[in-house]
Amino acid sequence: MTTTISTQATATLHGATPAPTQYHDVVITDPVIEVRNLSVWYGKTRALTDVSLKFPRNKITALIGPSGCGKSTLLRSLNRMNDLIAGVRIEGAVLLDGVDIYSKGVDPVEVRRRVGMVFQKPNPFPRSIRDNILFGAKINGYRGDYNTLVEEALRKAALWDEVKDDLNKSGLALSGGQQQRLCIARAIAIAPEVILMDEPCSALDPIATLKIEDLMRELARDYTIIIVTHNMQQAARVSDYTAFLLSDETVRGQLVEFGPTEAVMTNPRDKRTEDYLTGRFG
Amino acid sequence: MIEAVPAATLFRPNLAMRRLKGAVFVLCGVTSISVGLATLTLLLADVLQRGLGWLDWQFLTSFDSRFAAQAGIKAALYGTAMMMVFTMLVALPLGVMAGVYLEEYAPESRLKHLIQVNIANLAGVPSIIYGLLGLAVFVRGMGLGRSVLAGSFTMALLVLPVIVVTTQEAIRAVPGSIRDASYALGATRFQTVWHHVLPYAFPGILTGNILAASRAIGETAPLITIGALTFVPFVPESPLDRFTVLPILIFNWTSKPQAEFHDLAAAAIIVLLGVLLTLNASAIILRRRLRRRF
Repeated sequence: MTTTISTQATATLHGATPAPTQYHDVVITDPVIEVRNLSVWYGKTRALTDVSLKFPRNKITALIGPSGCGKSTLLRSLNRMNDLIAGVRIEGAVLLDGVDIYSKGVDPVEVRRRVGMVFQKPNPFPRSIRDNILFGAKINGYRGDYNTLVEEALRKAALWDEVKDDLNKSGLALSGGQQQRLCIARAIAIAPEVILMDEPCSALDPIATLKIEDLMRELARDYTIIIVTHNMQQAARVSDYTAFLLSDETVRGQLVEFGPTEAVMTNPRDKRTEDYLTGRFG
Repeated sequence: MIEAVPAATLFRPNLAMRRLKGAVFVLCGVTSISVGLATLTLLLADVLQRGLGWLDWQFLTSFDSRFAAQAGIKAALYGTAMMMVFTMLVALPLGVMAGVYLEEYAPESRLKHLIQVNIANLAGVPSIIYGLLGLAVFVRGMGLGRSVLAGSFTMALLVLPVIVVTTQEAIRAVPGSIRDASYALGATRFQTVWHHVLPYAFPGILTGNILAASRAIGETAPLITIGALTFVPFVPESPLDRFTVLPILIFNWTSKPQAEFHDLAAAAIIVLLGVLLTLNASAIILRRRLRRRF
């Protein structure tokens, strides 16, 4: 099934009408997640305005933009982590394999099993490496072999060789980069379809960052990855698609441009994307 | 044109005066702590000097008596131990559950805020008020009489706010990133609380409960109000028996005219202080041992 994304911007509640999103000419069939006219408020503050885009399956999509542009809000809307924040209000739809995760009868707990998340600061549990991997599996009623699962998840996260002799060591005893890969392994262990990454390398040194980026390219074979990053070079290095978000005086958190990373980076269609990429603001 | 750098001649550093102020401040601090420590040392020395001579096995294993030489604290020790056990049996689950609910479940609302403020206030209510409440509700209302159970329930009410507040503080100290990690792996709220928040907050919760228990052991007023006995020549065998506790025994002995009983009271104070210091020290040690780093 092929649907073209509507470029028609709808008027917002506050009266401001965002300039229409520039979509590069690309047809995304079978998106794993499709966002339709998504708006998010925290209390009275608007964080996202009428965002529509499709996340292609088994690709890496980067969300870029200056601080406060709504990219983290968009990311956290994709697995309903925003639900945990008091006073949040969400309009629009997020279709995961065609089903709106915000519709009645969808349990956010099940959504989060299918859409995993890796955070900005590595946050392993203060438990053994093994327990870190197994927690998600156990609470979700995993019936397979634990040892196999631990090894597979750690291998996929390129951490196995470094920790295989000491799986009972605390996750906190690892280096920052290893901790982040442990968090990735932990996310993989519950067999998600999508992995959301919120600036996963911002707390890491350049070498650890490169390792995570290599790992992301590996993982993109089996998973869809959506990454928020402040780092243009990183977005250019790892991502297949790029979405540029922006907040300005009138519109908070609008999607300015979306398309294949190369096209967006080398041939931006919106003046504001170009300004951001060339470092004129943000 | 405005001069960017003010001329050096405009400053009056007066370093001597500034230094002097600092020195005076330190002196005030040292004096304050000396007064506190000296008083404590004097008190301890006095109690030890008067009581140590009476402190022997006979003293610990005998019942109270009209004769100082035969009097002991057996009944009070049993009463204190039993009361502490029943107090904590009631207060610990109630207090911890209330703290968990307030921190992890209760939605932000005016009601929650009101409850929060009131719990903090309850911790400051004079203990004799709790005694009156216990007398009306447990002793008379529920017909428990002047029993261990009535005393324990009263004490449980008294220490509940302490337990609730320390539980909340311990839970708040668990970083939000841990909760995020748990939720992002598809955990329910209960699974997050049960597998992560509670275990990581455990050392703090434990410490709060030990401190609450030690407060319950030291309290006297509410038990006098509900009518715990002063002269008890027996060990309470069931929670519905009448009883006495160490502070009440001490209170009783010090109000007797014979000087020997005042020294006996000093000996009982040594025992009570020993128990309290042990509890508080264990709270500190446990907290150090079990503390996790995130």
